[in-house]
Amino acid sequence: MSGQMLSRFANPARFMRLSAALLPWCAGASLATIAAGLYLGLIVAPPDYQQGEAVRIMYIHVPAAWMALNVYLFVAVASGIALVWRHPLAEIAARSAAPIGAAFTFVCLTTGSLWGRPMWGTWWVWDARLTSVLVLFFLYLGYIALVNGFDDPGRGGRAGSILALVGVVNLPIIKFSVDWWNTLHQPASVLRFGKPTIALSMLLPLLVMALGFTLLFAALLLVRMRTELNERKIRALRLNRMVVPAPARSQRERAEPAQPA
Amino acid sequence: MAAAFVGLFCRDLRLALRHGGDTGLVLAFFVLSVVLFPFGVGPEPEVLARLAPGVLWVSALLAALLSLDRLFLPDYEDGGLDLIALSPLPLELAALAKCAAHWISTGVPLALVSPALAFVVDLEPRAIGTLIVSLLVGTPALSLIGGVAAALTLGARRQGVLLSLLVLPLYVPPLVFGAGAVEASALGTGPRAELLLLGALTLAALPLCPWAAAAALRQALE
Repeated sequence: MSGQMLSRFANPARFMRLSAALLPWCAGASLATIAAGLYLGLIVAPPDYQQGEAVRIMYIHVPAAWMALNVYLFVAVASGIALVWRHPLAEIAARSAAPIGAAFTFVCLTTGSLWGRPMWGTWWVWDARLTSVLVLFFLYLGYIALVNGFDDPGRGGRAGSILALVGVVNLPIIKFSVDWWNTLHQPASVLRFGKPTIALSMLLPLLVMALGFTLLFAALLLVRMRTELNERKIRALRLNRMVVPAPARSQRERAEPAQPA
Repeated sequence: MAAAFVGLFCRDLRLALRHGGDTGLVLAFFVLSVVLFPFGVGPEPEVLARLAPGVLWVSALLAALLSLDRLFLPDYEDGGLDLIALSPLPLELAALAKCAAHWISTGVPLALVSPALAFVVDLEPRAIGTLIVSLLVGTPALSLIGGVAAALTLGARRQGVLLSLLVLPLYVPPLVFGAGAVEASALGTGPRAELLLLGALTLAALPLCPWAAAAALRQALE
């Protein structure tokens, strides 16, 4: 990625124009794709021969899990760009993406728990995968708390960028250690599906849903980034008004008496 | 440069020793939290022995966490950190020196006190050696990772809560391997693999964490 290419997109005004044009398309496409994916997954796809209708939770659960990881990678890459090139939009992208990623992680954990109840007979198992997703959720929460933990938003953004990079280095280590810990503590897991090659009728809705979730992420990200930019503009305007010294303002007010409405 | 490194390290160590309160507080917290467990789970020796590796490691980890906010905050507040940043010593080495002093003043005392507490929770006597070694090998990683989080949260509102939220997910790997080593030893299946992995974590943290902590300190001082 060249620096020139990056700086082309660093202009907030250009971003606002571009995102305003892009947003309806992203939102519309994500709604259409998710609707199609839900139709394919909930109605067209066959029930599983072992798990019955409960398998349909998969069409939400698995794409949400993919998004949970991919959004974290997105946050880390955007943070890296923000730190290296001091790219203002990359930092805003990172801090806007994190709550969306945390929401996907939460959806993944909740649907997993709902799925586990009929399949494993319990809401929660300390299975290696569940545990590492839970840790990922805590990483998201830590990032969000750190970004919002400072009075100066710029400071929070920079600290958050470093934390996101530390987290992404740690993610494989945590995953590995949790796998190890799990095999240490419970040798035979209750019920696992032994990774059968998934049928096309089930794979297709899964991929459609994954595309829909990705588009949804893009649309939500654009909305959040636009909101953040507008918020900064408002804050800057407010500060400007406060900076105008009081006597100057009263003089001006004397010079131009309030117009009767 | 070596002189500056040693000087900073000794200064932090002297401060920790002459204050005395910090190390004492950490040890008191460690003792109290371990002693509370038998009240919670009951006095049966079998139950306690089963829980002992986890209880000892989790308590040591929380005790180490307790003292992290003292790592950079006093110097940040009185302006000493600015002088350290201006000195010719690279900030990475300064962070390493402070983490090393933190380890000597918390991690090592925790490891030395742990055998006494092992008897409180009925740990298998043959695992006591592993307990000390695992704490000595693992607590440097705790100090180093904690150093990054302490540097990141400098000047934040509610630093303490934020610090624990950041650090706890990152403390999962040392906890898994540390408690795993003690447990393997108690079960009689040698702790070699876990101790090696724990050492690997510490060795990986040794160059990476001071680097990240220095980056965090720089943006805190901007």
